[in-house]
Amino acid sequence: MAHGKSLWATAAVLAAGAAVVARRVKARPADPATGDRWLTVTINLGPEEIRPGELPSPLREYGDRIETRIRPAPGDRGTELAVRPRGAVPDSAHSVRARLSGDDPRQDLRRALREAKALLEAGEVLRPDAPPTTHDTPGGKLVGLLGRRAGGEGVL
Amino acid sequence: MKALCWEGVNKLSVEEVPDPVLRNDQDVIVRLVAGTTCGSDLHLIGGYIPFMRSGDVIGHEFLGEVVETGAAVRRHKVGDRVVVSSFVGCGRCWYCAHDLWSLCDNTNTNPGIGQALFGADTGGIFGYSHAMGGLRGSHAEYVRVPFADYGAFPVPEGVDDTSALFVSDSVPTGWMGADLAGVRPGDVVAVWGCGAVGQMAARAAILLGAERVISIDRIPERLEMTERHIGSEVIDYTATDVGAELRERTGGRGPDVCIEAVGMEAHSDSPVHVYDQVKQQLRLQTDRPTAVRQAIHACRKGGTVFVLGVFAGAVDKFPLGAVINKGLTVKGAQQHGQRYIPMLLDRLAAGELSTSHLATHTVPLDEAPRAYGMFKDKKDGCVRAVIRPGG
Ligand SMILES: NC(=O)c1ccc[n+]([C@@H]2O[C@H](COP(=O)([O-])OP(=O)(O)OC[C@H]3O[C@@H](n4cnc5c(N)ncnc54)[C@H](O)[C@@H]3O)[C@@H](O)[C@H]2O)c1
Ligand SMILES: [Zn+2]
Ligand SMILES: [Zn+2]
Repeated sequence: MAHGKSLWATAAVLAAGAAVVARRVKARPADPATGDRWLTVTINLGPEEIRPGELPSPLREYGDRIETRIRPAPGDRGTELAVRPRGAVPDSAHSVRARLSGDDPRQDLRRALREAKALLEAGEVLRPDAPPTTHDTPGGKLVGLLGRRAGGEGVL
Repeated sequence: MKALCWEGVNKLSVEEVPDPVLRNDQDVIVRLVAGTTCGSDLHLIGGYIPFMRSGDVIGHEFLGEVVETGAAVRRHKVGDRVVVSSFVGCGRCWYCAHDLWSLCDNTNTNPGIGQALFGADTGGIFGYSHAMGGLRGSHAEYVRVPFADYGAFPVPEGVDDTSALFVSDSVPTGWMGADLAGVRPGDVVAVWGCGAVGQMAARAAILLGAERVISIDRIPERLEMTERHIGSEVIDYTATDVGAELRERTGGRGPDVCIEAVGMEAHSDSPVHVYDQVKQQLRLQTDRPTAVRQAIHACRKGGTVFVLGVFAGAVDKFPLGAVINKGLTVKGAQQHGQRYIPMLLDRLAAGELSTSHLATHTVPLDEAPRAYGMFKDKKDGCVRAVIRPGG
């Protein structure tokens, strides 16, 4: 019984994981005329407090390889920071395979954007405890992998 | 150090794990004085919360002593006795700045999973799966507390450890339910569930001026405790028709505010329960929303239903018709501890609030798996088992 149950639990994890991937794959395609789509976060600071030339390191390292757009968010919601790779990115870069293997360049850029937000707002990027677990199982490894992949392309 | 680990569905064991270390400058390390069992852990132990890894340390309601501080920590020093909010908030994102701490943008170390499950990531909580933060839990000798300047609070002199412990999670949860449901003087409030969360919601409703508070459960010791320590009326739902009883006790109107503090593993004697259970076991629905359904049905026209119980996914037979046709407001939240903890500690110190009766059992860490068994089965009058890693 307990075994049956844990199988179901694994199935639930897999289903959720599949949802992560499916959602990513359905992401809107790039507009060929203007290059890859913008990735955006909202930062709880005024537009005057975010200077394009002084973005925190994970984004700064992209240098000229990305375009940056900064504009006030509606109401009191802070400032929208958007970035996208300069020039055309081949569609194959966003393929399911690239996403699963973590090679889609958007994933790293999304991570950098999210980290920039955390650094600007909270002064640090929260790191998980280490090691994540003391003994790994196949199910646990899968959860770890999904966690790492999911981090690359959320909306935040 | 020793820690209580989730090893799989309904399997807990005390294991040796590496001591926590400071991983960020705003962290502190806390030596556990006391932690406790929470109803939320039961959902996790039962396998209803996805994204657990075997070996994960669980526990999120705790109090302890600061033994190490990160370079950027300003408000704490070694030796401070602190109670820690179960949800971690960075203090500076839009959500934290608006006192919606459990929605923090910057404290989930696995962002993206919540995005897929819920449409957005939640804040991180200690020991509650890799979807909800991926942070180690507190049922251990030591725990790392990120953003400690915002989430750890000094316990006032004169408030004992056991009383302050519950201010970490169950007390602010209950308070939040009554507060965000908008309980006002003159209201009649009904609360489903007489666990620590339900009891604290009932107490908060009374302190916020409710005219009458009626709590619903089936466990005799809990009903009796709620009557005696909280000052709420009670209904045993196995002995009567709850809807009819609430209607008669409220002059035919129904409660103005209904607070659900039961969660996804609700119990019921009705045939629908079997249906819910089967569907949940088959993962065709992830949650059993019995008490939510009842609360929505019982609520007066134009009233508010607040869901404090934890749900993970999708439910069946959600009475949407009652929501729209009765003009109800339905809300829910994970607890915004940082918003309430200082006020709650003051109330404890002033004697307006008492919590120590919740601690029905005290065990050392080695016996935590047994304590969870007792808590799960509601044996021996267990409401909260306090785990003291230091013995
Ligand atoms: N929102 C939050 O931040 C937050 C925080 C803590 C706990 N919780 C959740 O609150 C819920 C309660 O937590 P707890 O620690 O008090 O749990 P608990 O298990 O001690 O108490 C739950 C109570 O509900 C009763 N119950 C079961 N079915 C019922 C029904 N149909 N009608 C009325 N009562 C019923 C049980 O008999 C039990 O007394 C859980 O779902 C938990 O996950 C939420
Ligand atoms: Zn809890
Ligand atoms: Zn925050």
